[in-house]
Amino acid sequence: MKSLMLGNEAFARGLYEAGCKFVSSYPGTPSTEITEFAAKYSEIYAEWAPNEKVAMESAFGASLSGNRSFCGMKHVGLNVAADPLFTISYTGVNAGMIIAVADDPGMHSSQNEQDSRHYAIASKLPMLEPADSEEVLEYTKLAYSLSEEYDCPVIMKMCTRIAHSQSPVQTGERQVGPLKPYEKNPQKYIMMPGYAKLKHPVVEQRTAKLTEFAETSSLNRIEEGEDNSIGIITSSTSYQYVKEVCGGKYPVLKLGMVNPLPVKLIKDFAAKVGKVIIVEELDDIIETHCKKIGVECTGKELFGYIGEFSQNMIAEKLGFDSKQFKTIEENIPPRPPVMCAGCPHRGLYYILKKNKVNAIGDIGCYTLGAVAPLSALDTTVCMGASVSGLHGFNKLSPENEKNSVAVIGDSTFMHSGITGLVNIAYNESNSTVIILDNSITGMTGHQQNPTTGYNLKGDPCTKIDLEALCRSVGIKRVRVVDPYNLKECDEALKEELAANEPSVIISRRPCALLKYVKHNGPIEVNEDKCIGCKSCMRIGCPAISMKDGKALIDATLCTGCGVCKQLCPKDAIGC
Amino acid sequence: MKTKNIMIVGVGGQGTLLASKLLGKILIAKGYDVKVSEVHGMSQRGGSVVTYVRYGDKVYSPIIDKGEADIILSFEMLEAARWVEYLAPGGRIITNTRQTNPMPVITGAAVYPENLEGKIKDLGITADCFDALELANEAGSSKAVNLVLLGKLSNYFDFSEEDWMTAIEQSVPPKFLEINKKAFELGKNI
Repeated sequence: MKSLMLGNEAFARGLYEAGCKFVSSYPGTPSTEITEFAAKYSEIYAEWAPNEKVAMESAFGASLSGNRSFCGMKHVGLNVAADPLFTISYTGVNAGMIIAVADDPGMHSSQNEQDSRHYAIASKLPMLEPADSEEVLEYTKLAYSLSEEYDCPVIMKMCTRIAHSQSPVQTGERQVGPLKPYEKNPQKYIMMPGYAKLKHPVVEQRTAKLTEFAETSSLNRIEEGEDNSIGIITSSTSYQYVKEVCGGKYPVLKLGMVNPLPVKLIKDFAAKVGKVIIVEELDDIIETHCKKIGVECTGKELFGYIGEFSQNMIAEKLGFDSKQFKTIEENIPPRPPVMCAGCPHRGLYYILKKNKVNAIGDIGCYTLGAVAPLSALDTTVCMGASVSGLHGFNKLSPENEKNSVAVIGDSTFMHSGITGLVNIAYNESNSTVIILDNSITGMTGHQQNPTTGYNLKGDPCTKIDLEALCRSVGIKRVRVVDPYNLKECDEALKEELAANEPSVIISRRPCALLKYVKHNGPIEVNEDKCIGCKSCMRIGCPAISMKDGKALIDATLCTGCGVCKQLCPKDAIGC
Repeated sequence: MKTKNIMIVGVGGQGTLLASKLLGKILIAKGYDVKVSEVHGMSQRGGSVVTYVRYGDKVYSPIIDKGEADIILSFEMLEAARWVEYLAPGGRIITNTRQTNPMPVITGAAVYPENLEGKIKDLGITADCFDALELANEAGSSKAVNLVLLGKLSNYFDFSEEDWMTAIEQSVPPKFLEINKKAFELGKNI
């Protein structure tokens, strides 16, 4: 019987079956579970690296040592790992190497909507793009063979709807090939100009060979249709939407390999159909290729560059009947994600807002501090940008030094905040950095990181000492506060902003959702004492609301953190 | 057969993923082609969440679009109203009537609409609306709301009691099995 698997679980299964031995990744939605599922196989060594660049370089090293390797990341993670990516394309691999990149069209959990296919083109690497879990498993196994045959890493492009959709998968046995012993080969592996110049032509020849492969590979297939007036070229989830709408009506060229793209196959397909329509999410990669090889087609003009597609959208654009549905005549309030009840970030953010500081933000659960009523953040760009951004914000504007901070999580600080802190110390800006240490990588669903003392497999390991790390790069003022203690946070913030040298405040308390965290239990509002002033509402706790003019705490949500209690002028909470 | 579409909607943290996992297990065991699509990450933090379950002879799209859902199983009243447009003509809504206020309502920036049950039924939609939390508490845990709702949903499938019980046994920890089975029965018989 087939089993139902998430795309990401099928990916891990593919790694297992193909004899992958080494996995190194940094978590990022929607790619995280590939690595988490891979870690469940005792035959695979799997780790969380501090960032995607480290993960990719480690996977390259493992390939060099003769072990099939893997690294996974989300689309913006590939920006971080772009440096090794472009040059590993030149060196090639020893044992097979797969790079997974998961795009997030529609930005369910991301800060931009970039299309990773550009990286495959720019780095001149093959990219496969599966359209369901079964294909994910099959393509993963094939990717290792391609990697070894064409001597390059292979990129597997996932997206939210493939990564986080379950569909039936037929599993197989694990097959491990012999270790490929490492052999010294300076011309292949040392990319200094003299050797790199010899390699570039090899890369171009490889692309030509891969294009030939793309012409006949079963990865790219034509599905005949009843009506040849239109022919559709598509891939990934877009293929599924097209089939959902058109069934077998129009012929479809389904592309499983999106770089390099075939030439003859597309020309032959176009010659057999009337109008060629390209259905692809985000950018016009296939469309541009078609136009470049002289195939007339329509794509973005119909479907646009923005967000996710769906079957109704495709149906409308292709002129199919639209669906009937009923609409409720009511203003339905939105339900945006919020920081959880008991979240340790809340108390600290309240103090930032109270002191009217500028907060240069970063990527994680704590980005949610940007929304009302806390509204505590000024910017969010990318991993690590808070610390380096604050340095620039302060350096030429000394007035900012006294009312601006950077806020960054523990995992994000290890990812790329530390280099920004080195810059603050080295280039001497009087900056105040706040590390929101909740002892876990929160937003992506609780992954361990170098500061937690546990590795991906859950075993105890070396724990990076944040205080010692900050001091060692040259920050003398390093202090730890409890974010549940508002007075302590307030004093620390005022003192560090006033100080005439850089400082780090570590706001330390584990994520309220961690299983080992013991809560005090819900607290209540004393209705007789409550005057309905709404002071407790200013922290945006989902457990607190107003009912009949009095504050009310939802006992099913409240953890008893006591932050609201400290705001009550009448001592009406928890007494 | 024509592909059937079930949407499971609720608030992040309510246990909607267990409901879709359980349903998926039964459907795959019955030999259907199945796709279950969920969203992880940011929206799970107390935001509006949706899971799509589709099954039939051959399922292509992993998502359900407006006007396509045969059943919407909702863990919260406002969420049932939010997704009404996704219901197919003749479709059914099964919803918990309990309210969970979203942040804009808590802060006073928006109002939780009144009488959503009546407004949904006024559209001519068949809706089973009941307090699933009360039944979950009766079963022994406020966290068993998902099994109460699944129990109600089970009435609209041709699967045997044994099929459901096997899937429940495979999906919940042994410690909570009895509570969950009781919650399922209470929901089924409401």
